[in-house]
Amino acid sequence: IFWFNYRHVANTLSVYRSVKRLGIPDSHIVLMLADDMACNYRNPKPATVFSHKNMELNVYGDDVEVDYRGYEVTVENFLRVLTGRLPPSTPRSKRLLSDDRSNILIYLTGHGGNGFLKFQDSEEISNMELADAFEQMWQKRRYNELLFIIDTCQGASMYERFYSPNLMALASSQVGEDSLSVSHTFFTCLFQFKVCPQSQCVSTPGHRTDLFQRDPGSVLITDFFGSVRKVEITKDTINLTSPVEPPIKRSGSGDIQIESLTYVDQLPVAEIIHQKPKQKDWHPPDGFILGLWTLILLVFFQTYGIKHLKHIF
Amino acid sequence: FRLSSLIGHISTCPSLIGQCCQRHPGSVDEFQEELVIRPLHSGDIYASFQFRTLWDTDFLQEGQKVSHYRLFPKSLGQVLSKFSVRELHISFTQGFWRTMQWGQPFIPSPPGAELWVWFHDTVSDVDGNWKELTNVLSGIFCASLNFIDLTNTVQPSASFKPLGLGNATDHRFLRYATLPREIVCTENLTPWKKLLPCGSKAGLAVLLKSEKLFHSSFHSQAVHIRPVCQDEQCTSKAWELRQTLNVVFDLYTAGQGKKEWSLFKMFSRTLTEACPLATSSKVYVDITDNPELFELSPATPLLSQAVVLGDRRTYSVFDLTRAETFGQLRSLNLLLRWKGDGGEMLRPLLHAERYVAGFGLQTGEIHTVIYNNHPYRAFPVLLMDSVPWYLQLYIHTLTVTSKSRDNKPSYIHYQPAKDRHRPHLLEMLIQLPPHSMTEVTVQFERALLKWTEYTPDPNHGFYVGSSVVSALVPSMVAMNTNFTQDQPLFSSFVPVKEESSYFVRVYTEPLLVNLPTPDFSMPYNVICLTCTVVAVGYGSFYNLLTRTFQVDEPSLPLAKRLANLIRRIRGVPLLT
Repeated sequence: IFWFNYRHVANTLSVYRSVKRLGIPDSHIVLMLADDMACNYRNPKPATVFSHKNMELNVYGDDVEVDYRGYEVTVENFLRVLTGRLPPSTPRSKRLLSDDRSNILIYLTGHGGNGFLKFQDSEEISNMELADAFEQMWQKRRYNELLFIIDTCQGASMYERFYSPNLMALASSQVGEDSLSVSHTFFTCLFQFKVCPQSQCVSTPGHRTDLFQRDPGSVLITDFFGSVRKVEITKDTINLTSPVEPPIKRSGSGDIQIESLTYVDQLPVAEIIHQKPKQKDWHPPDGFILGLWTLILLVFFQTYGIKHLKHIF
Repeated sequence: FRLSSLIGHISTCPSLIGQCCQRHPGSVDEFQEELVIRPLHSGDIYASFQFRTLWDTDFLQEGQKVSHYRLFPKSLGQVLSKFSVRELHISFTQGFWRTMQWGQPFIPSPPGAELWVWFHDTVSDVDGNWKELTNVLSGIFCASLNFIDLTNTVQPSASFKPLGLGNATDHRFLRYATLPREIVCTENLTPWKKLLPCGSKAGLAVLLKSEKLFHSSFHSQAVHIRPVCQDEQCTSKAWELRQTLNVVFDLYTAGQGKKEWSLFKMFSRTLTEACPLATSSKVYVDITDNPELFELSPATPLLSQAVVLGDRRTYSVFDLTRAETFGQLRSLNLLLRWKGDGGEMLRPLLHAERYVAGFGLQTGEIHTVIYNNHPYRAFPVLLMDSVPWYLQLYIHTLTVTSKSRDNKPSYIHYQPAKDRHRPHLLEMLIQLPPHSMTEVTVQFERALLKWTEYTPDPNHGFYVGSSVVSALVPSMVAMNTNFTQDQPLFSSFVPVKEESSYFVRVYTEPLLVNLPTPDFSMPYNVICLTCTVVAVGYGSFYNLLTRTFQVDEPSLPLAKRLANLIRRIRGVPLLT
């Protein structure tokens, strides 16, 4: 865990916050934070993450739900979330439950290079893997339109290999350029989507819209960043059914003697001392033992022959 | 403020059930909330929140599907029914509880995450249920509980008996796991708060603000679900959900060095109302040391005495369901001002420490030290150790010494580890002599892991979960064995079977050990070096062997040309 990755967590949380403010609920957001910055001992203000050094806005807030954190943020988990191939016991909050009418926004930030993005300082995801994952998503009808934003050094190389339709990609720097923290915050502290002049953003943003079927100029940002819930308003009166029947009173009747329940003794010393050793379940003999016995029997039959058996038994 | 009322008026929990008229005759859910504030001698302050929801359903017995949830959260109710859970205890802790400075906590918990579950005996595949349960809980609490698998789960054979009703205790249905590395942060507190009936909008939960709660020496939030008696006769069961939050605010970081605490200073909020769904909502302030140590304002005539942790303590009670508690400002802000330097705190009777001894990256020794500070009584303790498989314990080196003499445990249960399948489990019942220190040592060897099994930051080290010491400690005052009587929540968590002792669980520190870590940059360095050697060495050697040389007309270098120029002028023979 490296403290200089604080800005990546701050950037991700700013995007998370804006997306929530514009209406997308937590159940529709999968948030992956590789490092714990807010409650780290090095944070002088615990449970806070600031996106600007004047510390005016705590992007961590009071209502954050991180779905993947710490060691769970791996390339494998990320690709599994995208493609939906998760183990059956994965809870809903950790799944991307999208269908062919969903618009998906993917925001990645961290350290990267030409054609890859670093995960956890020990593995990388390449642009080819990402393109293949998106193709899988297209084949399984998991998105309608997808906006991919990447905020790393040489981020534009990540979207070079995309080949699935309805993808739009934005990057904060071109191949061969380094994206510095200053440009990150200006780029993500968006959300007016002003064009960033070269003087403030040291790197030049890039984009790719050729795979997008609609005219990019007509696409609303809120198609990806916000959502509207369908609310039906009615003025009719609805009669609720009668309240739940009270359960039958379980007070002891005269005839039936119900014995009262008791609590368990927390440290029954006498019982523990005289506890019988646990009966181990019988397992069939291990492969080694079977092999050993087979060898012994084979040698035995080879030396003595089967016809001598009746002398022995 | 009448002195006579202070001395004379002792009341137990006043029954205000008639006043809170939110309960319909049909519904039987009940919610109580409570906050206990205990000032500590070192100037720190300990606040313990308990929220208790009683749910009167026994769906497992009647076989009917439950679809109507009132106060009990639906997510937990579905978890209980789907996995046939009999008892569930989960806690998330940040920091370590310092027993010698702070005394005993009301609800102990180890650093990191701890989960132990009792399943019903109708379950056929306990391991499968356990695996799915940890995944579901990791989604509910936003924690990495999915890292709990068979390599860190144990089945204790004598510790962790059920805290709820029941008689059958077959330990095949118990599973226990800890994740000492788990971080607690706002994303764990948010879903925890959402389980409360009033959320964080009303009642005591408005004080739970993450910026203040995590700026503390110790923060622990837990969820305990167990079956309890439904009524006095105890003929049927009801589900009890207890959500507890213990926090210790440090004098110097949160208190800015001043020995003066108030609700506003601790939580940056004051109390304005009780939760409307609660039948009782109270704040208890421990004033046993009141006259000498500190003073409390606003003073209240309502006092209560409770026997908790073997000691009789006096509490000032602030009842939030009564409007007059809030005074004219409609808000309650308790103020505690220290008067002088506190005297000596009562030493806790049971205390445990653990550390790793040895040097190098091959072997080591785990020392667990248990202190019995009672002057004349000896009592037995049950020590449970769960060590991961990569620290290979040598049980033949296990020694238990008290007062520099061998102390043979009366019960030992040891389950050896299986590489990559099972951790070590060691449980011992040791009799502690009075006023003594008992030391348990065992040597281990560090294993070499496969290179894919290392975490992304292996040089930080690997954690070993806390040891658990469970004991029945002799009590100084008679404990109350009548469990069904109305008692404050903090004194009725652990069932009391006999008057002369109380049950306590002490957790030791987790250990951080370094395993022999390979140099992960080695493959890259080897490739660079090999390629350089091949390119430079072999390449030039190949060139030398296969290149043909042709004599070339030499052209003089620049220096010689200049020299020739000077020689021509001088008339001397030229260089070649």
